[in-house]
Amino acid sequence: MANEENVNLNPQQDGAATLTPAVYPDFKKIEVNANIVLSIEEAGQTVDSIKKAEKVGRIITTVLTYIFILALALTVLFPFYWMIITSLKQKAEIEAVNQTFFPTIVMWSNYSYVFQVFDFTQYMMNTIVVAIFSTLGTLLTTIFAAFAFARLQFKGREAVFAIFLMTMMIPGEMMVISNYLTISAFGWISDQTRMEAYAAMIVPFWVSVFYIYLLRQNFKQIPNELYLAAKVDGKSDWSFLWKVMVPLASPTLISITILKFMGTWNSYVWPQLVTKQEEFRLISNGLRGSAFTDVDTGQVEYGYQMAASFCVTVPLFLLFIFFRKYIMRGVGRAGIKG
Amino acid sequence: MFEKVKQLFHRGKLSEAESKFLDPRPDYEEGYDAQRDVVVRLVAPKKKNAKPYQVRGIEDVASKNDWKAWVYLAPVIVLITVFLLYPLVNTFFIAFAKDYQYATGKFSGLTLDNFGIIFKLVEINGAKEEYFIQYAIPNTLIVTFVTVPVSIALALIISVALNSIKWFQKFLQTVFFLPYVTNAVAIGLVFSVMFDDSGVINFIFQSNTVWIYGADRWTAMIPLCIYIVWHSLPFKILILLSGLQGIDKQYYQAAQVDAAPKWKVLTRITVPLLSPQILYLMITSFIGAFKEYTSVVAMFNGPGTMGRASVIPDMETIVYYIYDNVEKLYTGRAAAAAVFLFAVIMAFTFIQFKVSKTRVHY
Repeated sequence: MANEENVNLNPQQDGAATLTPAVYPDFKKIEVNANIVLSIEEAGQTVDSIKKAEKVGRIITTVLTYIFILALALTVLFPFYWMIITSLKQKAEIEAVNQTFFPTIVMWSNYSYVFQVFDFTQYMMNTIVVAIFSTLGTLLTTIFAAFAFARLQFKGREAVFAIFLMTMMIPGEMMVISNYLTISAFGWISDQTRMEAYAAMIVPFWVSVFYIYLLRQNFKQIPNELYLAAKVDGKSDWSFLWKVMVPLASPTLISITILKFMGTWNSYVWPQLVTKQEEFRLISNGLRGSAFTDVDTGQVEYGYQMAASFCVTVPLFLLFIFFRKYIMRGVGRAGIKG
Repeated sequence: MFEKVKQLFHRGKLSEAESKFLDPRPDYEEGYDAQRDVVVRLVAPKKKNAKPYQVRGIEDVASKNDWKAWVYLAPVIVLITVFLLYPLVNTFFIAFAKDYQYATGKFSGLTLDNFGIIFKLVEINGAKEEYFIQYAIPNTLIVTFVTVPVSIALALIISVALNSIKWFQKFLQTVFFLPYVTNAVAIGLVFSVMFDDSGVINFIFQSNTVWIYGADRWTAMIPLCIYIVWHSLPFKILILLSGLQGIDKQYYQAAQVDAAPKWKVLTRITVPLLSPQILYLMITSFIGAFKEYTSVVAMFNGPGTMGRASVIPDMETIVYYIYDNVEKLYTGRAAAAAVFLFAVIMAFTFIQFKVSKTRVHY
């Protein structure tokens, strides 16, 4: 009767025991013409009750998953919350034994300290100058190198690229000692001027093998026919690179720009080493500097420090909100190469 | 007539306008010869002089104009040589050079003394320095072997959970990514405020533990590791989540048909299929943890639990030791420690790649 539409349970009927998808609108209609072994667990249960139990189980799992995820998300967010709260608290309230989760008196003056006494703008300017010029330099060298590796044919291409890739494995700490000596041999350390300080922070970071690798992969995806068509039209390599390749690879270039910018924003060690005056240093150095330590008591003024930390974090968050896609893609790309 | 035009064109004797005028509908096909990397024009075989000939200008790139490629590569090669390859060689040299004068570059032979000093075998200034072997190495090992497994396991659980939910998935994904887009020093400061003696952590757990300033070395490791895990989670979640989304749904449907329990689905399907990502994360986070430095500076403001005034650098990591000695201009010791770090990282990367060949499911 309705047997054919339902589960075919008879192996003899068509040779192989094929289970058609479980479409059983009504359990009772099934005509059993084979021996069915019901497991003990399912004994005494109807399809409805099994389905119901499954549904309840699913809801419970979902709710538990959400509780778990939300609890972890709140834990992850807590340091940010605490930063904002502390930045608005009075000194006494920060140091009180009974911590409050919202400031009793909102102290905006902590922020005015950051801009007046701490000289946030100076650090910010240094950071932005260094970020812009090291990003521009990196972009240029990366575009040229990626183009050569992706499109041009020359002897030793694979060998040079392999050497480049191998340098990615070398920890940067290996280079710091000699680079410091190189920079001082250039005369950028002693009697440091502002320009020399900037140069010392910018020039060594004009090259990134990882970005070359990233962009080369992207360039390679651009069909070779485009290149050959441009060649037939008499376009030079140079104009093809800028008019076709670069615009087509712009998502990757945006990712590189943002990641590089963030890298400068976070750089601490090298600027700390090569700059000899406080006024040339970058924002991370300023944060960890002594500006927040009370000269008399030697105690750290947490309120000011947190206000400054907040000011440093906000631009990064804004960048993230506007360029989320590019940042996550650029960071994520690293994982796909495996 | 047409044949003649073709021949002339082949020799390049006609101007473009002339050839356009003389050439009727082109009786050929253009193709790309990948082996020679040139565009070839295939003339129909019925013609007498039918042989493929090359369009000029294309093959130039492949053969004659090697120098063009080197011009494009020149900036990068110069920079890599000056700031990457030379320093690499030079660091090895400094590590093994005897009486190296960093100002003049003078030295008097090769020695293993620098390694002897950092490994507490050779005396320097009448005493043996014990910082590297006493603090830097153990601290780095603790940080590595605590934070790497913990953060990968945590990231795996979070990404599996994130992958299984429907509502707010994108939003929560963004929330978990936030620690990545922060300034490491800024948030390190926040953690040191939270773990202050009268900070929120002690308040929540109603304890009087001293976590940071003046803390016991082993106690101070706890907030440090928590901070490192917190900071390294987003990258791992991102990688694992993109890996999870790439897994074929069929595997899970098959598991559902078999009524496989959830934990079995996780250990038998999800983890094996994610093994390339997990291996990648293991290598990168191992290397990252071995190079931990900024977190210590941010949280402790110095090499030890007494902040900048620390006499004993009890929170120092290997990289901290290197930078500390660069700053003091003890280049020999710094170089020796850097070479040691390099060797360890290379060895572990090699081992993990070897292991991956047998254990990773691709």
